[in-house]
Amino acid sequence: MDVVIVGLPLAGAIIAGLFGRTIGDRASQIVTCAFMLLAAGLSVAVFFDVAIGGNARTTELFTWINSGDFELSWALRVDTLTAVMLIVVNGVSSMVHVYSVGYMSHDKHRPRFFAYLSLFTFFMLMLVTADNFVQMFFGWEGVGLASYLLIGFWYEKPSACAAAIKAFLVNRVGDIGFALGIMGAFVLFGAVGFDQVFSAVESQKDAQFAFIGIEGHALTIICILLFVGAMGKSAQLGLHTWLPDAMEGPTPVSALIHAATMVTAGVFMLARLSPMFEYAPTALELVTYIGAGTAFFAATVGLTQTDIKRVIAYSTCSQLGYMFFALGVSAYGGAIFHLFTHAFFKALLFLGAGSVIHAMSNEQDMRNMGGIYKLIPATYGLMWIGSLALAGIWPFAGYFSKDLVLEAAYADHSAHGGFAFWLGIAAAFMTAFYSWRLLFMTFHGKPRASKEVMSHVHESPMVMMIPLIVLAVGAVFSGLLGYNYFVGDLRVEFWGEALFVLPENDTIEAAHHVPGWVPWLPFVVAVSGIGLAWLFYVAKPDLPQTFANAVRPLYLFSFNKWYFDELYDALFVRPAMALGRKLWKAGDGAIIDGFGPDGVAESTRNLAQRISALQTGYVYHYAFVMLIGVVGLVTWYFLTQAGV
Amino acid sequence: MTDQMLSIITFLPLVGVFFILVFIRGDEEAVARNSRYTALWTSLVTFAVSLTLWFGFERGTPEFQFVEEYNWIPSLGLTYRMGVDGISVLFVLLSTLLTPLCILASWDSVKTRVREYMVAFLALETLMVGMFCALDFMLFYVFFEGVLIPMFLIIGIWGGARRVYAAFKFFLYTLLGSVLMLLAIMAIYFQTGTMDIVTLVSNAQIPGNMQLWLWLAFFASFAVKVPMWPVHTWLPDAHVEAPTAGSVILAGVLLKMGAYGFLRFSLPIMPEASAYFTPLVFTLSIIAVIYTSLVALAQEDMKKLIAYSSVAHMGFVTIGIFTMNQQGIEGAIFQMLSHGIVSGALFLCVGVIYDRMHTREIDRYGGLVERMPAYSVIFIVFTLASVGLPGTGGFVGEFLVLVGAFQANTLVALLAASGMVLGAAYMLYLYRRVIFGRLTKEDLMTILDMNWREKAVFAPLLVIVLWMGIYPVSFLDVMSASVSNLIENYNATLAASDGVSLASLWSDK
Repeated sequence: MDVVIVGLPLAGAIIAGLFGRTIGDRASQIVTCAFMLLAAGLSVAVFFDVAIGGNARTTELFTWINSGDFELSWALRVDTLTAVMLIVVNGVSSMVHVYSVGYMSHDKHRPRFFAYLSLFTFFMLMLVTADNFVQMFFGWEGVGLASYLLIGFWYEKPSACAAAIKAFLVNRVGDIGFALGIMGAFVLFGAVGFDQVFSAVESQKDAQFAFIGIEGHALTIICILLFVGAMGKSAQLGLHTWLPDAMEGPTPVSALIHAATMVTAGVFMLARLSPMFEYAPTALELVTYIGAGTAFFAATVGLTQTDIKRVIAYSTCSQLGYMFFALGVSAYGGAIFHLFTHAFFKALLFLGAGSVIHAMSNEQDMRNMGGIYKLIPATYGLMWIGSLALAGIWPFAGYFSKDLVLEAAYADHSAHGGFAFWLGIAAAFMTAFYSWRLLFMTFHGKPRASKEVMSHVHESPMVMMIPLIVLAVGAVFSGLLGYNYFVGDLRVEFWGEALFVLPENDTIEAAHHVPGWVPWLPFVVAVSGIGLAWLFYVAKPDLPQTFANAVRPLYLFSFNKWYFDELYDALFVRPAMALGRKLWKAGDGAIIDGFGPDGVAESTRNLAQRISALQTGYVYHYAFVMLIGVVGLVTWYFLTQAGV
Repeated sequence: MTDQMLSIITFLPLVGVFFILVFIRGDEEAVARNSRYTALWTSLVTFAVSLTLWFGFERGTPEFQFVEEYNWIPSLGLTYRMGVDGISVLFVLLSTLLTPLCILASWDSVKTRVREYMVAFLALETLMVGMFCALDFMLFYVFFEGVLIPMFLIIGIWGGARRVYAAFKFFLYTLLGSVLMLLAIMAIYFQTGTMDIVTLVSNAQIPGNMQLWLWLAFFASFAVKVPMWPVHTWLPDAHVEAPTAGSVILAGVLLKMGAYGFLRFSLPIMPEASAYFTPLVFTLSIIAVIYTSLVALAQEDMKKLIAYSSVAHMGFVTIGIFTMNQQGIEGAIFQMLSHGIVSGALFLCVGVIYDRMHTREIDRYGGLVERMPAYSVIFIVFTLASVGLPGTGGFVGEFLVLVGAFQANTLVALLAASGMVLGAAYMLYLYRRVIFGRLTKEDLMTILDMNWREKAVFAPLLVIVLWMGIYPVSFLDVMSASVSNLIENYNATLAASDGVSLASLWSDK
């Protein structure tokens, strides 16, 4: 069954991709959607078998690479962690497939689109079922490829092509870290299979190791390298710049890849590698700081963006930060729990935003929206559900997972835990604010769009609404239903051997015993964030402008995303291009060729010319040369003989 | 199976040459057509015969197989000796595979002197295969240098506008190195009294300080062929001016001759010198990876870009070879094979649109996906293989080389890994400018997608590049025994010696 689940999306991708033109748009859609729905159904069965039934297993397919000790196979490892990811990936992916039937109905490249979506799903499944580092890297790069293809789906737009390349390259920077981490693990453990590595961690926990001249704790170095990979894929501070630009892709793609699944791969990776990270406390500390920093940074940027998709993109970035600091304080179950609930409500928000964009004739700027809640009430209601879940209001899904993550950070009782807790609280306030800013700007107030656009505003067709409703159900109930299994009393049997926590690091247990004000604080800040948004965008609509003017430098800093893009452009992109040109023209052209072949050829030619210039044809020239020669010979004879 | 299998494979193309030269008569049209068919069939039969090596080669032993031996010039002690081991056998197959594809790719694009072109290509095949099979030093040298002649002619006669400049640059660069190698070969002969590669490889017994000189002489030849930075500047010119099929063979096989030389001669015959010069090779290779990747980023000519990318990829190969561990060397060989397929395919991709538009300038294209969907798919697959995406052949070699490098020196691994980003940058940037964007250029509006012949050229390459990515074991198995034998011998000799130093180069005279 595991093979079928992974194989179905691949089969769909091949059929739609290679034969889409032959079988037509409709057949391509039916095949890919049917395969995905089937895979999602099977994933539910696997989830009950593996996670609830405790039947973890690994299916080995065939040898992949075998070079000396470097041996590994294609294999499908399904334990609770994978089973949860199967639900998330196949669940959201199948809903996005169905939704896309409606959303992409006017596009002329539908078979290609569905082939890419299914191909992405295949790679994501290979990633989450990997039983060794290299297969994980295969899925990892594969989802990067699918992301590249889908961001650049509308290849006629230069901005989409640029964003696609940027996403691939920034991810590759992270992948260098991942690849080096794999190599480090191979050198330390002599193997790249998870089982072999995990069983050897304990014996190597004090090993030392030199990396580029730095002698240090081996596991810490390896874990930090691996984390750099996770930072790229999961858009953590420093390597996050590709994610907002990725919104150039069609909205269903943003929902599936850049919110619910692919960007959470880094979280999954760290959870999968918990047996290694547990023995690398310094690396975990770094993870916490970066995660908390990202949660805070992205929230501040989200406050001022005007593109509806970019607001949600920064919110995704911020929520990923929460997951990472949860991992950093060893609350792996909490991080996966937040990943799980986040997948539902963030996919809902994105697809809801897609529904809005669809209704507004492809308008994405919230400044040109407003006053449409009566025209599309169902979308409006669903966006409310998504926002309530994101803000963490009881009893919506985000309440359970986000609170737990914050409590775990508090319960860690460490400097980095405290740092994460307070930045997380600040980010929670901003999250609530920008979510309701989005709701109010989009749906309330006076219509700011043209009459033409307003007259076309319509509710989306059923094929788009049903996936939204399914995701909304998840956004409401997944927290309530999952709590006991993921982080509550049943968590030990639920996770089985999939996650590893040292007894002294069990922050999830400690999170249940924090002081009474800790669980209340996120709720209070969320409600005040909503209240402030109401004040700014409903009660006193001219207040935002006044406020922005009052703190203009801060406003610009946030609006321009802390100037990361400008900085990287000046530091890396332009110098690389300029250096390339210089090395080509000056290095290869002037120096190597100039002193090498061209120079030698030139001087040979010169020499030949000079020598031929000597051959004048005048007898007295030759006679003169001969005379000099004779004089020279005689002189030499006397000089050498004189000594005898 | 006969005992002369390697000779048959090596000289079968010459039978085709004989037929073309002797039997093909008539008007120009008929000569061209018959030459094409004769060359295609000859090369296809050669490939079919060479498959016996794939099926008949015994895995798991480092011994040379299919060995033949005859007296050649007894008075000089020269022997005709052929044989393949796990390192060379795959290159024979690579050569026999690429040749028919090249002939097919030249079907319509070569219009003048078709007969001579086909003769040159078949002769080239004989020399390439012979070079990988030769087990006698003099025989090897003859093949190694002989390859230059048809290639020189192919570039110089059927090349582009600056073909004469490029051909001479190519010839002079490679000849300069070769002269030194010839001297080194003679020195080895006078030292050891044998030209037998098998004997030399297993037990050369050359004094340490002499090794240093010999190593440098060989290095001069091999480094040019690879090509390593800074003796790489002949390659972009040669590629740009060469006809498509010439570029395919140049990138696919000829670039591998240098690296093959390192593996076959430098490491086993001069182990102490190899160990001594490893830092030099690492440094030059890393410069090659980073420097040429940056240069590739700035290119405006598609072929030049891919030529520079070849230098970068060969930088990985030379790093892998000198890591002297199983992963590094197997990765290097694998990278050579996959680069042979991938860069060959990329040059063919350029050829497809060059045949239509007669320009290689990137700016003249854009939005091709609109008119050429099949081409876009083929091109992206090989672009990604070049980038080293897992699941394609490009990944396995690159990754194994990095694994090997990490064990040898983590800084080398880190710097070489930066090629992962830069390589993706220039390839995707190229793809974007050619394939994506809006189709606005007037002359591209009517461009046609690939025809069945072009698809037939790409089909086997596509299958192989995925095969190499998904089930690389079938190739790694072939080489592993020879590679581990190489490493064992190397380490044993090195352990027995007391090391060399640069000082011994100058003293002891």
